[in-house]
Amino acid sequence: MTASTTTPPRSLDDPDVGERYLRLVGDGDEYGAVEIVTALLDNGADPARVMLDLIARTQSRVGELWAANEWSIAREHAATAISERALAAVSARSAVRPTRGRITVACVDGEWHALPVRILGEMLRLDGWRVDFLGANVPGPHLVTHLHQTGPDAVALSCMLATRLPRAHAAITACRSVGVPVIAGGPGFGPEGRWAHRLGADAWAPDAEGAIRRLAREWPPPIEDPYRTGFLGDDEYTYLMRHRGELVQTAMTRLTAAYPPTGSYSRRQHDSTLEDLGHVVDFLAAALYVADEQVFTDFVAWTAAVLEAREVPPVALQIGLTLMRDQLRDYPAAIAIIDAGVATLRR
Amino acid sequence: MDTRVPATPVLVPAPGLLRAALDAAGEAVLLCTAEDHTIVLVNAAAKALLPGLEPGVTAARSPLAELARAIAEGTSTFTDEYLGRQVLGHRRSLGDDHYGWYLQDITEEIARAQEFQAERDRTLFLAEASRRLSASLHQRRCLRTTVELAAAHLADAAVVVLPARRRQSEWMRLIAGESVEEGMLRENVLGEVPGFEEALGGFPPIPSRWLDASQVPAWLLPEGFGPVGALLVTPLPGNAEPAGALILARRGPDAVFSAEDEMLARIFAARAGAAISAAALYRDQVDTTAILQADLLPPELPQPEGVELIGSYQAAKDALRIGGDFYDVFGPVDDSPETVVALGDVCGKGPEAAVLTGKVRQTLRALRLVNADPAAMLTVLNRALLGSGRQHRFVTLVVAAISRAEHGRVRICLATGGHPAPLLLRADGTVEPVEVSGTLIGVVPHISVGPAMVELAPGELCLMYSDGLTEARGGPSGTEQYGESRLRDALASCAGMPGTAAVERVRQLVSDWVHGGVRDDIAMLAVRAPSRTKLSLMDTGVAPVSPFAIDARRGDRRGRSR
Repeated sequence: MTASTTTPPRSLDDPDVGERYLRLVGDGDEYGAVEIVTALLDNGADPARVMLDLIARTQSRVGELWAANEWSIAREHAATAISERALAAVSARSAVRPTRGRITVACVDGEWHALPVRILGEMLRLDGWRVDFLGANVPGPHLVTHLHQTGPDAVALSCMLATRLPRAHAAITACRSVGVPVIAGGPGFGPEGRWAHRLGADAWAPDAEGAIRRLAREWPPPIEDPYRTGFLGDDEYTYLMRHRGELVQTAMTRLTAAYPPTGSYSRRQHDSTLEDLGHVVDFLAAALYVADEQVFTDFVAWTAAVLEAREVPPVALQIGLTLMRDQLRDYPAAIAIIDAGVATLRR
Repeated sequence: MDTRVPATPVLVPAPGLLRAALDAAGEAVLLCTAEDHTIVLVNAAAKALLPGLEPGVTAARSPLAELARAIAEGTSTFTDEYLGRQVLGHRRSLGDDHYGWYLQDITEEIARAQEFQAERDRTLFLAEASRRLSASLHQRRCLRTTVELAAAHLADAAVVVLPARRRQSEWMRLIAGESVEEGMLRENVLGEVPGFEEALGGFPPIPSRWLDASQVPAWLLPEGFGPVGALLVTPLPGNAEPAGALILARRGPDAVFSAEDEMLARIFAARAGAAISAAALYRDQVDTTAILQADLLPPELPQPEGVELIGSYQAAKDALRIGGDFYDVFGPVDDSPETVVALGDVCGKGPEAAVLTGKVRQTLRALRLVNADPAAMLTVLNRALLGSGRQHRFVTLVVAAISRAEHGRVRICLATGGHPAPLLLRADGTVEPVEVSGTLIGVVPHISVGPAMVELAPGELCLMYSDGLTEARGGPSGTEQYGESRLRDALASCAGMPGTAAVERVRQLVSDWVHGGVRDDIAMLAVRAPSRTKLSLMDTGVAPVSPFAIDARRGDRRGRSR
């Protein structure tokens, strides 16, 4: 069954519109997905609601399906690509004359989850902002160059993964030091945007609508001192960053000794394992940077759930944590964070 | 008071001596009776400070109103002003029947403190001005900051007017407590503001007292501002000529700009002018670069019928978004329906590489017009580059002529010159290089080119890339190259994805490998035969082989699930 053979939905309240749309993006059916969106708009649906209630909601379902091992990574990527096309279709159908200021919307350096940010950009455009969408993975210097060239009234910075927090801090500081206030968003900034405030962001919003509300009042806020929050990394953070490679390599060597089958891994498996160990270090470093073990315990809980869906026993993750812990005996804060992670695993 | 008889006799000073001692003191002293505050003694310092005050009257009648009040309220300190002097008084008890007012002249002390405070305020203001003005290279932002600072610290209204461009002058205005306004003015009305033409003419600023505030034209300030009491027009120094003028106005009949105010405004204007003119220079440079860049950045890719073309270009961090990598696309010409694409890498970086890139792309475009096949294009390009005299610049290149074949297939005729062989992603997920060979372009007079012909079935993809991709250094050690083998694995994991998703994923995996710090340009161009049927994405991936490694996690899209 494809969408072209069924009647297009009339409104977002149709009970199966979400399911149908999910099926289409999951099948990589770009035309079907765009057709649904177009039909909804033709029937008078609010473009903002189509973006939030259909496209964004479906995208979070896609993430869940992948985490639960029900969808492959290829299918997830395909679905994301189709959703971007659907979003472009919404965007092309709704022209708005800019009445507010100019805003730059970007993902933090190293951050690839562009779709939620693209939706934010479209929502802001509908609200009358002149939006410059810089997309995923924006290196700090590119962002600052853009600010000098366009002089926007705000930067909306997205961070989906807590590992990017140190780089987000650099970006926030850079924006504020050229006089542009920053509104932060995305789950990477923690519950209630806890870490956004710690990193000196001028505002935080839980979602696109929250960001629009926040930007509609008392903006721009006065920027007192761009260096209000200094470098947050202490000596433990610095040690971890400097010795990331060694920590990962040593853990790998010891893993091979403790668990001989790893010795016969293919290069691909070897790389994957190194990458997983690297994640342990990165989340640990981020937790140290913002001085909050929750960065790490969230990562552990999440990874454990993903492993479970793939029938990998949690002991595998625990081995990884222990291998790191053994190398960090002289670093009490890091040890405490890892222990909190291990405790999460036992729960 | 101690009334005991001292153990050893003490010489008691005579009253005259006590009086002389009191008169010699610097502090003014009024001795009063505790009962009715009658002054019983006025020392010399007190007589100087309060001329005419004699013993016998009550202290409540002294010319110091605050002293009377302190007595009435029973407080023990007061400050007052008398005959231009600032007086600070302390009451000290002198036994049961008497007490004294000890008065200090603190006029100088207060003046010094005020001066110090004013100096401190000026310093803080200028420090804040320097910080905020140096922050941005964007001219409108600099103007905005200038009027914001000026309206907060220097005047009730601040207007910045820029020199006219094409007979129009840009202005920005802020009335303290209101919001910023901006607009354009005709050049010929600007002379109506007293002192404005002189300021833009590069003359030293005219003191405020010489400017007739009543001559301010009505258009300069909004109606509700009220009559202007004092006007100050200060040039904003620029590079060769003033960057503009800062007009400050204070309202009310008694308003003035003191000499200190004018000095402060001048220092501020110097900083604002430097920021505004730097922003103007930067804007000119950006405009010029943008014009040059427009021809050097990768083009928008057309979407020919039955073929998917996907490009990705990531410039090295430190370049101006133009570098040695490039790709281009040349559409069908009269006698050839093929779409020709080229992806290449010019040795070196920066403007010189960019110029050569431009030449190469232009040459290829011309060769396409005469319908040269990919191998011929490379051969002629090689001769053209060698003939241009630049000996030590070379280029590696892949050229592909794309056409549609039957059953939704896409046929590609490829030729390379010293470039990494493109990779094919087959429908079954295998990845293989295209069997092509060819010599570097621009080094030797005669090159050998071994072209190849490949066909893509629906859903299959051919990836052309620059060596920045495989040579990206990172990984756990931070120095390991990404390598072709990892690239092949990455591509294999993209089986079944739409072309855009596949290219994006490869880009993401490489970026993760180098932890974001890409130091070289990376260009990718993918040709894909669109899948006609639904994608076969229904499988859930292979169960992980190791207990610890999870291949499926390599995409690292975990954030989205929360």
